[in-house]
Amino acid sequence: MIEEISIIGGNGRNGEQEPVRSVKFKMGDVISIVGPTGSGKTTLINEIQLFADGFTPTKRKVLVNGLAPLQEYREDPSKNPVAAITQHTNFLSDLPVHDFLTIHAGIRSSSTVQAEGIVTETLSFANQLTGEPISRDSRMTELSGGQTRALLIADAVVIGNSPIILLDEIENAGIHRTHALDLLRKYRKIFIFVTHDPYIALLSDIRIVMRKGMMVKVLRSSEEERTLSKKIRIVDDVMHKLREKIRVGDQLMDEDLEVAI
Amino acid sequence: MKLVICAGTATTGKTSVLRHLIRKLLADGKTAAYLKIDVQYADEDEILSKEFGMPAKKTYSGELCPDHCNVMVLGDAMQWAKRVGCEFLIVETAGLCLRCSPYADGGLGIVVLEATSGMNLPRKVGPMLSLSDIAVVTKIDLVSQAEREVFRARIMEAAPKVWIKEVDALRGIGIDALVRRVEEMPDAGDKLMLRGNPPVGTCTICVGKKDIGWQSHFGVVRPLEEQTFYRGE
Ligand SMILES: Nc1nc2c(ncn2[C@@H]2O[C@H](COP(=O)(O)OP(=O)(O)O)[C@@H](O)[C@H]2O)c(=O)[nH]1
Ligand SMILES: Nc1ncnc2c1ncn2[C@@H]1O[C@H](COP(=O)(O)OP(=O)(O)O)[C@@H](O)[C@H]1O
Ligand SMILES: [Mg+2]
Ligand SMILES: [Mg+2]
Ligand SMILES: [Zn+2]
Repeated sequence: MIEEISIIGGNGRNGEQEPVRSVKFKMGDVISIVGPTGSGKTTLINEIQLFADGFTPTKRKVLVNGLAPLQEYREDPSKNPVAAITQHTNFLSDLPVHDFLTIHAGIRSSSTVQAEGIVTETLSFANQLTGEPISRDSRMTELSGGQTRALLIADAVVIGNSPIILLDEIENAGIHRTHALDLLRKYRKIFIFVTHDPYIALLSDIRIVMRKGMMVKVLRSSEEERTLSKKIRIVDDVMHKLREKIRVGDQLMDEDLEVAI
Repeated sequence: MKLVICAGTATTGKTSVLRHLIRKLLADGKTAAYLKIDVQYADEDEILSKEFGMPAKKTYSGELCPDHCNVMVLGDAMQWAKRVGCEFLIVETAGLCLRCSPYADGGLGIVVLEATSGMNLPRKVGPMLSLSDIAVVTKIDLVSQAEREVFRARIMEAAPKVWIKEVDALRGIGIDALVRRVEEMPDAGDKLMLRGNPPVGTCTICVGKKDIGWQSHFGVVRPLEEQTFYRGE
């Protein structure tokens, strides 16, 4: 059982020692990785996916429960505890959503009843993430960007049941982030977001700041930021409502923006 | 001499996988030669020889099935790799004939499949998959976790003994475990035999004569350095 993973710092692009020497993530943590383009965010999460052991250019090491990870994580894809979703990740199948999820659930479950149960749970999870309901009969390839991302996440969390989930700059448009984070926390996994979204960054337990290929800072949200995040949540909910109103064809009014900050 | 035969249809990522493999083999102080077998066009030999300064060659199978061409030229190619002082011979082949397989007993057979080719692909590729030792699944960066898992389950259905390795061959993710397998493989013996049974046919390979090297065959044969010619009565 994975209880925690740690990253042991290596070196930056010019060979200098990485300021952050180690950082630990526990089950249930939400982590965000922030930094400008080219600062090494994707490299860092790739190393988590690989269970790097000093063999990558950064020389970082990933430990599981304080020890070198099992070789089978790297050797046997069905034992790899990491699921990664990036901007490029997509569904290619054109099956109806329900049929597709049933095939995936089928290889994970011992009975069709159990499979049907997790398919239902996955759909309801996805539908809490996105404002545009996904019907079980839609074809996978007809889903919108937001629906696809919601279903990618829901499928990895519920059916794939991976303990560590990496999300690399997946676009947040169409995803209800407030619900998303509340929902993800219920599943006691390690969620690592590469993100530019201040809301996700503030609501994370740990924020890693990247620069020049190095982890330069590990931040935890301050008291002030926590208070701020409640206000951002209100703004976020307002934006969400505005988007919904536009979508259903309503016109916006001044009062739609009057929020109690 | 250690022999790696890598098969897979066009654009599945064979060269991308081999490029990472070769880079790591050379970094570990090994020596490798590369042979590309394709039907009518290939430039990988030039690219890899430029990139790594390694001995590299290509041969066009033309009217022969690429897998049959492989049986014909492999004996010569092993000699060539030995002559240029290499410990590994790495063969990339087009794998267009879904009835045959190019692997030889004594060598390591790697099939490269792309995760983007649809969940049913493992049910369609035949002996190229079922007779391989390792199935490398590329382009996992482009497909959902779900499709990856279903793809994997279907490979296991079609080829229960094969070792599956999922990689992102653009970024080299997942290559290390493959490198280890390649480095740990035993030497190919002196007498190589084609693995599995060829489909019904009339050429010496098709009727089941599986000895590697054109010298063991009759009819239309093919050395590495010459064009196809007829041998026999
Ligand atoms: N995204 C992605 N692209 C890949 C991957 N592997 C190969 N490619 C791309 O697929 C194309 C064909 O790859 P190549 O290695 O030449 O295939 P080959 O014909 O089997 O030798 C190239 O454009 C590669 O960059 C992968 O794992 N992920
Ligand atoms: N510590 C490091 N040492 C060497 N190269 C690095 C290091 N960190 C990142 N790189 C390289 O820098 C480039 C940009 O990194 P990337 O992770 O794609 O950045 P981001 O995702 O933040 O845009 C990549 O080519 C990567 O290989
Ligand atoms: Mg990136
Ligand atoms: Mg190629
Ligand atoms: Zn053939």
